[in-house]
Amino acid sequence: MPKLITASQFPQPDAAYVALVEARRGLSEAEAADLDTRLVLILANHIGDADVLNEAIALAKTAGRK
Amino acid sequence: MVSKPSAAPGRKAVYRYGYRRSRDQDARAAVRHPVIVVGAGPVGLTAAIDLALRGVPVVLLDDADRIGEGSRGICWSKRTLEIFDRLGVGERLVAQGVTWKLGKVFLGGEQVYSFDLLPEDGHKMPAFINLQQYAVEKELVERAGEIDGIDLRWKNKVTAVERRNDAVRLTVETPDGAYTLDADWLIAADGARSSIRALLGLDFSGVTFEDKFLIADIRMAADLPTERRFWFDPPFHFGQSALMHRQPSNVWRIDLQLGRDADAQEEQRPENVIARLKRMLGEREFSLEWVSLYRFNCCRLERFVHGRIVFAGDSAHQVSPFGARGANSGVQDAENLSWKLAAVLNGEAGEGLIENYETERAQAADENIAHSTRSTDFIAPRSAAERRLRNAVLHLAPQAEFARRMVNSGRLSVASVYDTPLSTPDEAAFKGSAKLGAPVPDAVMRTRAGENKFLLEQLSGGFELIHVKNGARPDAPEGIKLTTIGEDLHDAEGMFMQRFDATPGATYLLRPDQHLAARWRNFDAAKVSAARARILAP
Repeated sequence: MPKLITASQFPQPDAAYVALVEARRGLSEAEAADLDTRLVLILANHIGDADVLNEAIALAKTAGRK
Repeated sequence: MVSKPSAAPGRKAVYRYGYRRSRDQDARAAVRHPVIVVGAGPVGLTAAIDLALRGVPVVLLDDADRIGEGSRGICWSKRTLEIFDRLGVGERLVAQGVTWKLGKVFLGGEQVYSFDLLPEDGHKMPAFINLQQYAVEKELVERAGEIDGIDLRWKNKVTAVERRNDAVRLTVETPDGAYTLDADWLIAADGARSSIRALLGLDFSGVTFEDKFLIADIRMAADLPTERRFWFDPPFHFGQSALMHRQPSNVWRIDLQLGRDADAQEEQRPENVIARLKRMLGEREFSLEWVSLYRFNCCRLERFVHGRIVFAGDSAHQVSPFGARGANSGVQDAENLSWKLAAVLNGEAGEGLIENYETERAQAADENIAHSTRSTDFIAPRSAAERRLRNAVLHLAPQAEFARRMVNSGRLSVASVYDTPLSTPDEAAFKGSAKLGAPVPDAVMRTRAGENKFLLEQLSGGFELIHVKNGARPDAPEGIKLTTIGEDLHDAEGMFMQRFDATPGATYLLRPDQHLAARWRNFDAAKVSAARARILAP
């Protein structure tokens, strides 16, 4: 039974997306990558569940495949 | 830890011992001994002393005739010191060593994390001491000389091993030529480049880390606190890591990461080493004691027990040094093996108990390798992408507790908790820091004479039953020494009650290695006997 929630949770998904866009606006690719990495760690800890984390990693890897 | 030691300033002999001809060399047929230990390092010496104290005579062979200095163990953990104390050298070593328990981790010039390894008092032994390995070996050699039944033979190099059904035959090369010996049991404690392992052609595989590290011992009169200091990306060593740790007599261990592309020859030239160290130490005066360049391996033998040949210490498993898990785990191997082998040789236990050495110490090795691998992955990321993740943790650490918990500059050695068939599962729940399968916690106790003594000092080294008085003194089953709390020892400070979650009548069975094997809320002779039998016939 998967634990990772993939159904939309934000009441305003577009606003959440824009928050992420604005966070990296004006950043170089390296700076943005640093920011994203810190975000990943912060959010992963907030979730605090290794199963959810592993499912999220698996989803992220699959989605990137061509 | 592996890779070849450096040329300069060289590996000096610190203590030299003499070769002496043994009567066995004049015997017509191979003389047979119950136990032969190969390798007079901390592991082999621990095994020899422990076995001899248990009444098993030991022949201890070493291919050298000296104890050398070198980048070897400096951090001796509490559990190792407790073992050394049982063998009679703990106090001498603590007196010589530098006691420490605090560690600090820096990012750049700023502290991001600190730890205290022994926040609780009432333990005889400190969390750690730092002491040069040769000093430990010297004390152990001296102790071995005080005990009947240890025959230590320097310049005895094993050149052939032949496995027989119930014995091992060795060919041993000496300055007087070769001779043969037979052993009921052979303990291979001959280190990371074990010749016994090579002679048996055993595969020793694992992970090699590409990063090179410069390790130096320097002499410097510095008024710095006694703590372990670890830097990620320090201002004096850009983009790499650095470690600094105090040893006795104003000697400091410095460990500098050089990355994977470092040129081993160039980096070891004294002028280059000194330039690097000056960037770190500024204007302080120092002299180089010893320097070497290393790469680290994490690997192990698939099996530690091969018939009557048992591997212990670095010959069986290797880890990176960030965590002090090499020599400490080796000494703990030796202790685990010694009482079991003594019980087998005394006829108390069957050979299945040696298989249990494999079970318990393979668990410990896997745990050590896992910790050591994770530490090395954190300290020496393998790619730019891994480095980005590591740095993200470090940059978050000052502000976020979760990130501080991820900062890994080495997870320092603590005793393993064995998940083992030797333990009798609990019938009742117990809290406290005592755990089944783990060494029991120490505590300050008051003796009948009214003196304060440590609990571990009161243990005999055999099977031990600790019973909290609750009416009449029970009769301990045969082969078990009984200590009652409230009669033999008093829990004046309440430490025992708290650490063992003790209640009147509570009864604890300890293995000869001080590990907790069983506990009950009340004494029951039949249950105690069954628990002992379970230990001897797993």
